[in-house]
Amino acid sequence: MSRAADHPPYAFPAYRSTVKRSPSETPLVVPYTLSELTGPGPVFSALTPDDADLTTNAGTGHGAIGQRSIVVGRVLDENGAPVPDTLIEIWQADATGRYAHEREKDFPAPRDPNFVGRGACKTDAEGRYSFTTIKPGPYPWGNHPNAWRPAHIHFSLLGPSLGSRLVTQMYFPDDPLLALDPILHAVPEAARPRLVSRYDHAVTRENWALGYRFDIVLAGPYETPREEPGS
Amino acid sequence: MTLKHTPSQTVGPYFSMCLAGSGRNCLVPAAHLERIRIVGSVYDSDRAPIDDVLVELWQANASGRYRHPMDTRATLPLTQGFSGFGRATVDPVSHEYAFDTVKPGPVPAPDGSLQAPHIGIIVQGRGMLRPLFTRLYFPEETSANDADFVLAHVPGARRGTLVAARVQGAGVPTYRFDVRLQGADETVFFEL
Repeated sequence: MSRAADHPPYAFPAYRSTVKRSPSETPLVVPYTLSELTGPGPVFSALTPDDADLTTNAGTGHGAIGQRSIVVGRVLDENGAPVPDTLIEIWQADATGRYAHEREKDFPAPRDPNFVGRGACKTDAEGRYSFTTIKPGPYPWGNHPNAWRPAHIHFSLLGPSLGSRLVTQMYFPDDPLLALDPILHAVPEAARPRLVSRYDHAVTRENWALGYRFDIVLAGPYETPREEPGS
Repeated sequence: MTLKHTPSQTVGPYFSMCLAGSGRNCLVPAAHLERIRIVGSVYDSDRAPIDDVLVELWQANASGRYRHPMDTRATLPLTQGFSGFGRATVDPVSHEYAFDTVKPGPVPAPDGSLQAPHIGIIVQGRGMLRPLFTRLYFPEETSANDADFVLAHVPGARRGTLVAARVQGAGVPTYRFDVRLQGADETVFFEL
């Protein structure tokens, strides 16, 4: 099955940097072997809960500034089964939209010295994950005049198979910048809502933090076996 | 029930603040007797090497065994401390990525044959909306490459893009595997 209905194309000219970095040839579909049916997710050992709390993992002894937020979800395969043992790594801007990265220096907003903007956790036996962080700020970028990225958290997932490798971005509900973002708009319209978290009052903790839910569905190797090309 | 996949998005320009470090490009210690090095650059359509790109690998150990519950061939020993997963960023001065690892042993194909030794490579970067999956093969494995189950699906004129080049004169056995994202000698990528 083609992934065109779910994923962006390699080249999407409105996101200018894709033009020179996208293959001209259609990637080949070949039968899976053990090399694709296996993958790195299970090799990672357990992480400490501290790794999943971005409000404190800067280690300065002071909490990060911003809207404290709990982001939870489940990682599932396409049959709806939980995917345990998946390494989830996230990175994001601080509340003013600054990244703690040496190449990020053009946006004149104050940095949060108590926020490093990265965290990690592994999914449990039910595929669940949870991060505590602050809601990132939108920030400008150079793609087109007055371009701003909507608030987002980058997610990297290393699951049980090579083909389940996923890097994506989680957005926040009710963000007016979602309508203007070429990176989100590279995704087929019907699939875009899957990248927007939803506010979940059951996750919100009284007198502490707002809750958001973002479930993730990984590809293969649970797909039905593919036919040999030409057969 | 069939759930629809979560769509892919670019890693963007700042992934290294999270996905770099921890020495994940060294899968074996420097003293390992069978250590090999893999180096290369990733080029855009202008033939310019790009730096804001992430290269990851997944491979079997020297016996041909994956550290994974689906690889149940218990007669092939796992190697203590060898995960088979590596991750490298590109050095902004040399414009190269580098891995220290071992040459993997052969692993089986669905038709019962043995595949030629190979390493799975994933390339992602700013300006890339989806990961690109490719495979590295070894130049000295001429007959195994000719009989390889996956290479047989690749048009002959393009197979060479998947074969690394042995670098002469380096102390540790070194292979160069450049990735060309677009253009005349574009690397073969696979849709997984």
